[in-house]
Amino acid sequence: METKLNSTCETCTHFNANGLKKLGIHTHNFDFVVALAGNPNTGKSTVFNALTGLKQHTGNWPGKTVIRAEGGFEYKTRKYKLVDLPGTYSLLSTSEDEEAARNFLLFGKPNVTVIVVDANRLERNLNLVLQILEITDKAVLCLNLMDEAKRNHVSIDVRTLSRNLGIPVVPTSARFNQGIPELIHTISEIANGTLVCKPYRIQNIPQNIEKAIKVLVTEIKKEFPHIPNSRWIAFRLLEGDTHIINALRSGELV
Amino acid sequence: MNQKNIDHIIELSNELRWQIGDDFHDTLTESMYANASNIVKNTVQNDNSKKRFQLDSKIDQIVTSKSFGFPIMFLILGLVLWLTIIGANYPSSLLANLLLDTIYPSLKSLALNIGMPWWLTGFLIDGVYLAVAWVIAVMLPPMAIFFPLFTLLEDFGYLPRVAFNLDALFKKSGAHGKQALTMSMGFGCNAAGVIATRIIDSPRERLIAILTNNFSLCNGRWPTQILIATIFIGALVPKSVSSLVALFAVIGIAVLGMVFMFGVSWALSKTVLKGEVSTFNLELPPYRPPRFWKTLYTSLIDRTLIVLWRAIVFAAPAGAVIWLISNINIGNESLAIWIIQSFDGFGFLLGLNGVILLAYIVAIPANEIVIPTILMLTVMVTGIAGGEGTGVLFELDSITDTAHILKAGGWTLLTAINLMLFSLLHNPCSTTIYTIYKETKSVKWTAFASIMPIIIGFIVTFLVAQFWRLLA
Repeated sequence: METKLNSTCETCTHFNANGLKKLGIHTHNFDFVVALAGNPNTGKSTVFNALTGLKQHTGNWPGKTVIRAEGGFEYKTRKYKLVDLPGTYSLLSTSEDEEAARNFLLFGKPNVTVIVVDANRLERNLNLVLQILEITDKAVLCLNLMDEAKRNHVSIDVRTLSRNLGIPVVPTSARFNQGIPELIHTISEIANGTLVCKPYRIQNIPQNIEKAIKVLVTEIKKEFPHIPNSRWIAFRLLEGDTHIINALRSGELV
Repeated sequence: MNQKNIDHIIELSNELRWQIGDDFHDTLTESMYANASNIVKNTVQNDNSKKRFQLDSKIDQIVTSKSFGFPIMFLILGLVLWLTIIGANYPSSLLANLLLDTIYPSLKSLALNIGMPWWLTGFLIDGVYLAVAWVIAVMLPPMAIFFPLFTLLEDFGYLPRVAFNLDALFKKSGAHGKQALTMSMGFGCNAAGVIATRIIDSPRERLIAILTNNFSLCNGRWPTQILIATIFIGALVPKSVSSLVALFAVIGIAVLGMVFMFGVSWALSKTVLKGEVSTFNLELPPYRPPRFWKTLYTSLIDRTLIVLWRAIVFAAPAGAVIWLISNINIGNESLAIWIIQSFDGFGFLLGLNGVILLAYIVAIPANEIVIPTILMLTVMVTGIAGGEGTGVLFELDSITDTAHILKAGGWTLLTAINLMLFSLLHNPCSTTIYTIYKETKSVKWTAFASIMPIIIGFIVTFLVAQFWRLLA
């Protein structure tokens, strides 16, 4: 893995947000943890490289990231540790990669989660986005592969999307470093609390299920008043997820 | 936190689960999709002239079609190999010039000047230094060409299509379709191929992929195949087509390796590694023009240099061993001669000879040094002129010289064919063995992966030799 940085790029304002320093793999003494989640083959690893200055190989095939990659960057004197999660289509099944991604979001408690989506396949990608937004409310949507979307004549109303989802949306073309400064700035705003998200929660669930969830959520909130994802836990409990039941018993979720 | 309250929550959830019925999972998923399409409805506008998608699917129709899929695959494989073979020649001889013809003599004279004892000079410079220099000169150029070419194909998006084409064959062998990807990596380097099996989720299928990766003919073995095919098989036909015939012979060996990979995968999945074939979604990603220089850079750093470094670490002690067995005498013959003579009988049964078997033992650390070792040992046994001296690795510049030495060593067409087969079917190099251990954490499977191919190699070469002699 290459960690040496190109110094001209490092200081160039065209490529970087002001006050940015890419830290490569040096991630000690960080102030915030940032998770990178998303469907396979949406360019997560490319976003990861653009943020950290690392040059990890990114292949054009799904499932390329086999080991959890970590890196870091410094922005306005605060240090961020970035964790690249394996790409998944959902967080509901029990396959190894989905569990790894889900466990990190639940137990790793990242300060910010960057959800990378393919702008060309937004609807399909939203499935995972909605699930992540049930788990965490500190998230930013990285609308990647905008260059391809443009070529495919797909246009997205970013502001409406952002309003609908209740989280900031940043369009990027990570391969060409476009939108990365804006993404970094948004990450920092969420991390230090200047930007508060009110994420979209899954709606129009059949009456009887919604009622059951409400009963459970009230009970969970009574026991854990500060938990951000009581509704997600209710979903998993209703599904009979033994992993979550055990985590609840051991107190890992708090 | 109150344990009783938590138990209450869990009991409550069990109760509610009964009440809402068992279609909860599906209902929730359905609502999520409904939500998603609702959000997209007023934010995404799709121009209906989807030109690019059509181009992608046009390409896919051809490269994954029943009639063209496989020929195109072999054509691309042949092209990549051809570029590697042709392109590696020049930098290889340049490196050999530098490391062997310039640095090597000056190291020798330096050792002489500071009065180093002959055995230390021999051990360090003729043994360790030469082996490392050989591995760099022979291995670096083809890897520096093969890996970037492979990575460009990967970035373009061709590899998932290969996996798609081969999926049915792998399924029939009881293996995972993604094994096609790790198999392709193995053509570059088996150690890299073994690491790449991490993309396979199911432990059973991953193990199959690890155990059979050695049947992908790796970079260290391509030069051996090409050299022997040129000398012995290319010579059978008129000069104008000889290099083409030699290339086909080499591709034939590579395809035979794939046949063994499918066969062994099938046998494993029917016996010790029984189980269901797991299904998986393989999304065919859009074709993307690779960013050439970036790809070149990352593939050189991530793949080429890491693999090269490991090979060097293992080649250095091998060089020392070669020098030692050629220079330690028992009675009035060197240890190497004793071993060669005791192997000759078994070698004859396999249609090989003692020199080849010894060379394969010595060259366990790196397949690249097989040919230099064979030549050195052959010169020593036959006592013909040529080469640099006892226990000194060398490789001859002209193919005719090499052919001359091998024929003096009693080589026939059978020896050549069986050497090519044995080069395909023998134990993995120690780098790969070490990687297999690191990935499986199992001594048992590492031993199996090392011994199984060599037993197959013995059987195949034995059968070929017997039939050959029966018919000849």
